[in-house]
Amino acid sequence: MWEYSEKLKDHFFNPRNVGRIDDADAVGEVGSIACGDALKIYLKIRDGVIVDVKFETFGCGSAIASASALTEMIKGKTIEEARKITNKDIAEYLGGLPPQKMHCSVMGWEALDVALKSYEGKGKGVEHVEKEDEGRIVCHCFGVPEGLIKKAIVENDLKSVEEITNYTKAGGGCGSCLMDLEEILKETRREMEFENKVKKCIESEIRPMLMRDGGDVEIVKVEGEKVYLKLKGMCAHCPSSTYTLKAFVEAKLKESVSENLEVLEG
Amino acid sequence: MENVIYFDNNATTNVAPEVLEEMLPYLKEFYGNPSSMHSFGGKVHKKLEEAREKVANLLNSSPTEIVFTSCGTESNNFAIRGVLEANPEKKHIITTRVEHPAVLNVCKYLSKKGYDVTFLKVDNKGQIDLDELRDSLRDDTAIVSIMYANNETGVIFPMEKIAQIVKSRGIILHVDAVQAVGKIPIDLSKLPIDLLSSSGHKLHAPKGVGFLYIRRGTKIKPFMLGGHQERGRRGGTENVASIIGLGKACELAMNSFEEEMTKVKGLRDKLENFILENIPYTHVNGDRENRLPNTTNVSFEFIEGESILLMLDKYGICASSGSACTSGSLEPSHVLRAMGVPFTLSHSSIRFSFSRYNKEEEVDRCIQVLPEIIDRLRSISPFWNEKKGKNFKKVEN
Ligand code: FES
Repeated sequence: MWEYSEKLKDHFFNPRNVGRIDDADAVGEVGSIACGDALKIYLKIRDGVIVDVKFETFGCGSAIASASALTEMIKGKTIEEARKITNKDIAEYLGGLPPQKMHCSVMGWEALDVALKSYEGKGKGVEHVEKEDEGRIVCHCFGVPEGLIKKAIVENDLKSVEEITNYTKAGGGCGSCLMDLEEILKETRREMEFENKVKKCIESEIRPMLMRDGGDVEIVKVEGEKVYLKLKGMCAHCPSSTYTLKAFVEAKLKESVSENLEVLEG
Repeated sequence: MENVIYFDNNATTNVAPEVLEEMLPYLKEFYGNPSSMHSFGGKVHKKLEEAREKVANLLNSSPTEIVFTSCGTESNNFAIRGVLEANPEKKHIITTRVEHPAVLNVCKYLSKKGYDVTFLKVDNKGQIDLDELRDSLRDDTAIVSIMYANNETGVIFPMEKIAQIVKSRGIILHVDAVQAVGKIPIDLSKLPIDLLSSSGHKLHAPKGVGFLYIRRGTKIKPFMLGGHQERGRRGGTENVASIIGLGKACELAMNSFEEEMTKVKGLRDKLENFILENIPYTHVNGDRENRLPNTTNVSFEFIEGESILLMLDKYGICASSGSACTSGSLEPSHVLRAMGVPFTLSHSSIRFSFSRYNKEEEVDRCIQVLPEIIDRLRSISPFWNEKKGKNFKKVEN
């Protein structure tokens, strides 16, 4: 028997917000019967606030509880706030999940993501967003795209293929995708390390220097070896901002992170 | 725990009170080693041999053909690996896709070690194709290992025919009978099986004891080397009290076949029929004609097995499921998959397995709460709601 927390059991035996919303503004649907679990959430959105939410799910105890928890967490939140919620928050809300059940929380995260994207993409109405921006399907047994695997690794600091399986199910079937997962894990960990180094350098060396002159800088995103930054404060208006970025910031990052690094304005 | 309704007897059973009674003196005052020369140990030895006789009687075999082990898994390992070691020139093994992991994983391991393993298919009732078995037999087949009855579905294989086919080629036949022994009569004086595995805790003896029947003259190497216990076939000081308990359990089983076929089967049928008649979209998995009297495996379409188990558990009802979520793996039961049961049904399968210690009131209690549990879970399920709505698309696998 699984070790389930009291809170999880409560959400399983008394799930909140069960049902559907016929005129929902956004719907997020993930999973399938074949995979063993599926979740559909319906959102009602007014002025950027999630005013109502309902769900239907097919799954085990922790899947039902995760879905129930998610709906409670996002009700009354703005879209912005809801977007910040990840699977970790869902698991925490429930007082933790057994490791092999983490994929239930990831399913909630995924469904929310799909719902919000459908809302943004189409303005309103019920649309199913395909997983196209999630990249190729890596695990065919469970239909898990590369994007989701990477997201789960980064968000949960996953360190092994086994953990990837616990969180996303990828690799839990025939096992033919295990080599791919190993590659993705290595690659993602490398990227994470790179990003961490960039962050560290900016925090400890670059920002203090800029702030001395009333300026500041923010990381927009890191893609491969390209670092997108935005200058802020005094720097933002400084006519020599591009120069600052290239000559000072980039030079510094190159020196402490990698020779091939490139800084761009984001 | 109070008020447990235990419908999971294929997983394990309660120790029969008479069994415990029989064991206790051998955990207390009679602690002698049966191998000792003194009469204190000799007394234990005598009791041990009586137990062996009782076990042999249950199968209509001879006591010298019974070797005590620690469990069904050990018996299976002993049988398969012991035969292979004794027949090193033969490199082919035949088994089925629906075996218990204690056989399946041994065979998978051996296939990595250079053995050629044939995994026989089963049809949607869970039955093997006897022609496929016949055609798979080869001159270098060392052993055929086929279970008597399936632990998940209760499906019984046609053992007489299987034995006839295998023995007509003079090949060694091992039968994992862990689920069958004690539930249905087995007569080894008529059934030419060479090796048969069994486990105590499935028939109201304690956990940690089992046996392997080895037909006289079967070429097999000992699995556990050590002292001369079990006539050199299985070293290690005997688990005396448990073996004595196992003997008693076999004696009790001998006298309970009638009860199995009437009372136990009656309880099973009552629950099964209720489900099929009163809860829509339910299906029994496996060959209903050839099945253990105590087992039913039912699928409740559109919902997932673990959630059903958790709800049942709230009422103290113990059952098990072939769903992925309960096993810790992500794939549903290999047995149901081999039978071609669609994912929709295998994820929602529940096994109820009874024993002669179950009571009719317990079945009635289950009947009382089950429809509501299924209703509640279905009301949450998107697939059920789609099914009820018009836009239902059948989910194909
Ligand atoms: S493809 Fe990933 S487990 Fe089969």
